[in-house]
Amino acid sequence: MYVVACIKQVPDTTQVQIDPVTNTLVRDGIPFIVNPYDTHALEESLRMKARYGFKAAALSMGPPNTEATLRKALALGVDEAILCSDRAFGGADTLSTSNVLAAAIRKLAQEDEVGIVFCGKQTIDGDTAQVGPGIAIRLGFSQLTLVDRIEHLDFLAKKIRVRRKLEGRYEIVEAKLPAMITVVRELNRPRYPTVPMRLKAAKAEVKVWDNKELQLDPNSVGLKGSPTWVSRIFSPQRAAGEIIGDGMGDPAGTARLLLEKLVASDMLAV
Amino acid sequence: MQPDPVIFTPLLAAAGLIFAWSCYRRFSLVGVGASEDRFSSLAERLQGMFLFAFLQKRVVSRPFGINHLFIFWSFLILAVANTEFLVAGVFPAAKLARILPAALYQPLVFVFDIVSLCALTAVVIALVRRAVAPPYEGARTGEAFGILSMIGTLMLAYFGLHAAEIALGAEEAAQAMPVSLALASLLAGQGPETLKSVAQVSWWLHAGVLLFFLNYLPYSKHMHILAAIPNCFFKGLDTPNTQPREEFVEGNVYGAGSIDRFTWKDLFDSFSCTECGRCEKSCPAASTGKPLNPRLVMHDIKVNLLANGGLLQRGGEPTVPVIGDAEGSIKPDALWSCTSCGACLAACPVFIEQMPKITKMRRHLVQMEADFPEELLNLFENMEQRSNPWGIAPGERGKWAGGREVRQFEAGTTEYLYFVGCAGSFDSRSKQVTLAMTRIMEAAGVSYGILGKEEKCCGDSLRRLGNEYLFDKMARENVAQFQEKGVTKVVTQCPHCFTTLKNDYRQYGLELEVIPHAEFIESLLAEGKLKLDHHAKKGGNIVFHDSCYLGRHNGVYEAPRAVIAQATGSAPAEMERNRENSFCCGAGGGRMWMEEHLGERINLNRVSEALEGNPGTICTTCPYCMTMMEDGLKDRSNGGTTVKDIAELVAEGLR
Ligand SMILES: Cc1cc2nc3c(=O)[nH]c(=O)nc-3n(C[C@H](O)[C@H](O)[C@H](O)COP(=O)(O)OP(=O)(O)OC[C@H]3O[C@@H](n4cnc5c(N)ncnc54)[C@H](O)[C@@H]3O)c2cc1C
Ligand code: SF4
Ligand code: SF4
Repeated sequence: MYVVACIKQVPDTTQVQIDPVTNTLVRDGIPFIVNPYDTHALEESLRMKARYGFKAAALSMGPPNTEATLRKALALGVDEAILCSDRAFGGADTLSTSNVLAAAIRKLAQEDEVGIVFCGKQTIDGDTAQVGPGIAIRLGFSQLTLVDRIEHLDFLAKKIRVRRKLEGRYEIVEAKLPAMITVVRELNRPRYPTVPMRLKAAKAEVKVWDNKELQLDPNSVGLKGSPTWVSRIFSPQRAAGEIIGDGMGDPAGTARLLLEKLVASDMLAV
Repeated sequence: MQPDPVIFTPLLAAAGLIFAWSCYRRFSLVGVGASEDRFSSLAERLQGMFLFAFLQKRVVSRPFGINHLFIFWSFLILAVANTEFLVAGVFPAAKLARILPAALYQPLVFVFDIVSLCALTAVVIALVRRAVAPPYEGARTGEAFGILSMIGTLMLAYFGLHAAEIALGAEEAAQAMPVSLALASLLAGQGPETLKSVAQVSWWLHAGVLLFFLNYLPYSKHMHILAAIPNCFFKGLDTPNTQPREEFVEGNVYGAGSIDRFTWKDLFDSFSCTECGRCEKSCPAASTGKPLNPRLVMHDIKVNLLANGGLLQRGGEPTVPVIGDAEGSIKPDALWSCTSCGACLAACPVFIEQMPKITKMRRHLVQMEADFPEELLNLFENMEQRSNPWGIAPGERGKWAGGREVRQFEAGTTEYLYFVGCAGSFDSRSKQVTLAMTRIMEAAGVSYGILGKEEKCCGDSLRRLGNEYLFDKMARENVAQFQEKGVTKVVTQCPHCFTTLKNDYRQYGLELEVIPHAEFIESLLAEGKLKLDHHAKKGGNIVFHDSCYLGRHNGVYEAPRAVIAQATGSAPAEMERNRENSFCCGAGGGRMWMEEHLGERINLNRVSEALEGNPGTICTTCPYCMTMMEDGLKDRSNGGTTVKDIAELVAEGLR
């Protein structure tokens, strides 16, 4: 049985700047990282591999340099790394991204059954949190989002019980396998690659699947398959902050001042 | 009073053979370790051995060291007497009394007699000390008392034998043996039969204890008698903190995860340990209740070697892990407690290298097991992705300059590269030190440039934490950049950058002239390039805190003191623990990036010491020390004392 982790290579957003003229991301020289949530998806797939003997696969769609991200996954211990890369996939929105990733999972399922697909809760660049659910719908998988704990897995009975972390509460749900699970950071603590694994991964194969392999309708992928487009990207201007009072000299007075301000600006209910 | 050689000869032969066999069995175990060259620079090595093994230069530097010096030299001198004793037991005709002329024999026995008394006195002092004020908790072992008692007994038997012989009139050189002679007078009036039995019993006691002692040696901490002298010969000649590189190719293993992954010298170290406890006393981790104790690290390595060595020699697999919770294993918590301060290295009288072994084991944990304290995951990722420990965007480097014009380094136009370092670039407190440095260099008209956005972390924390793989990657990048830019002279303000650029990068073929800011400022002052008012004195008396990486690891002790003296008009106050005995702030060895859950906090211990003299200012030379001291002061809620870097003291005084 396969357990698949979808991982996306994202620009390190702490370092991203927006070109004020063209309104696009300045990507020059910005290092790419694995989307932080996806490292938890990957970790969970590796834990399942260790615990149940599943085959772990890492899957990503992106330009050829995404290979680096997949090598990281190999260094952490996945058995297979698959990169969906084709010029035709470029400019994808969440819909066409889900189309491609779902097709790749279907293709993988021809080799062996896919039991669970892990995705991050969302990415730090696109931030839509739609791709995971998009994949689930297209594959007809159970959809379990915002999971922070796997309560129980019975893969013979094809059942999984998880805890979802919602605002102010938890929800425990049970679903049938195969399932698509999006994960939050509390789920686990990602591992670090050992050096022998890194060196091994440097030579391991990253499979590249283009549209010849996936056979998708060219109108359902990439820019053509994307009904959304970006009209403008911009950083909202933030008003400059203000230092109030003298926290060192008069902490009590300053606290009072702060409270008054917060109440006055309706940020605190009294 | 010779016993029958027919009885004694086989006894001696058996004891000698067993001793030789024991030594062979023990010492051959170090052969399971990896190879390492410790034979280069013979002259320097012999000199070290002479100074430290025979003159015991380090031994005498701490309490009761003189006492040990006495025992040691008594041992050497009496080795001649004891050899004679044993040889004469087999060949009575070989007695020195018979073969040496009186003019030689008499002074010799005089020396033996006096030295035996010295040895006896030193042993009694050692016994009393161990009983009353042992060097460390747990030092009152049966073994320690047993050995001391044995040495004492040897001396007593020696006197018993000679006093009886003198009383019997059988010793021609009686007048040359004042101690034995005095004792003989106590025996006066005893019949010859009694005297004979006293002599006989003393002889056998002496022989018995001597042979037993010999055979007990290889199985006790007194193995150091055999190993310590060569260990001083094999001592590390490089700065021991600069550990060998590792080669990252498939199939290799990294660090020391089993006993055979140490080098033979590492293993030999464990046999040389005298269990004196000096390392433990100096260790900031051990003295603040952490699970690390460098003495026990050495002990556990020895226990592990004894448990696994034989198996390994026969081609088997080790059964006791080097890292773990068992006896003969070192706990991971202990390994992660080390600040790599080097106090243990500086304290050890026989030049055992405790800290490098800790790093080797960390290398194993990080690189082979990916097993390390949780906090380090962030550090490692930040270093790999953003080349600084905080994970701040590399583009922000150089922003410390604010609006000021600071030149980019360019070979030919700028003389020095000012390597600001991560703390100086990103830490808001250290940025002030950076600005102070630029003011000083501007005032002195120094031609310098920075790397700005292109500067990368030196990788110090990674190396000390055992992430050699990442360190290697970063070191290569830095070395390539320095070479490409034609950097030859570097000024640093962080001792960690300093040591890494200077010592560690040398392993990558980069020979830089790296000047720590304390020395740089000192030379600017000496050249008369800086005009100072002594007004920094207003800050009240200044106490100086040595950074481990500037001080112990690189021997820079006087420059900062001289600079403070010139900047303020008076020498800084000293803490009780200073210079090579200085006490770490707690942040080295990557501890800066970890929580301190166990024991008392190291920085509090040090700040309390600093506050004893009620200083106005604690002066530091390292960004980590600065952070630790400031944090410590906050905790001691001492509002009056401030922490300043030496550059700030100087910049304040600029006219
Ligand atoms: C019109 C339009 C044009 C765009 N053009 C570009 C462009 O030219 N270049 C570009 O880089 N981006 C482009 N984007 C952004 C891109 O569409 C989204 O980043 C992408 O669709 C994924 O959505 P998301 O990042 O919000 O993922 P989310 O839905 O937030 O992601 C949830 C999870 O899905 C999985 N996942 C998401 N994307 C991938 C992936 N690619 N591979 C593997 N797993 C994944 C991960 O597990 C992730 O944690 C464009 C977006 C739009 C709307
Ligand atoms: S280097 Fe310092 S902290 Fe580490 S063991 Fe030695 S004395 Fe202790
Ligand atoms: S390692 Fe050195 S300092 Fe520490 S106990 Fe042994 S001999 Fe003494």
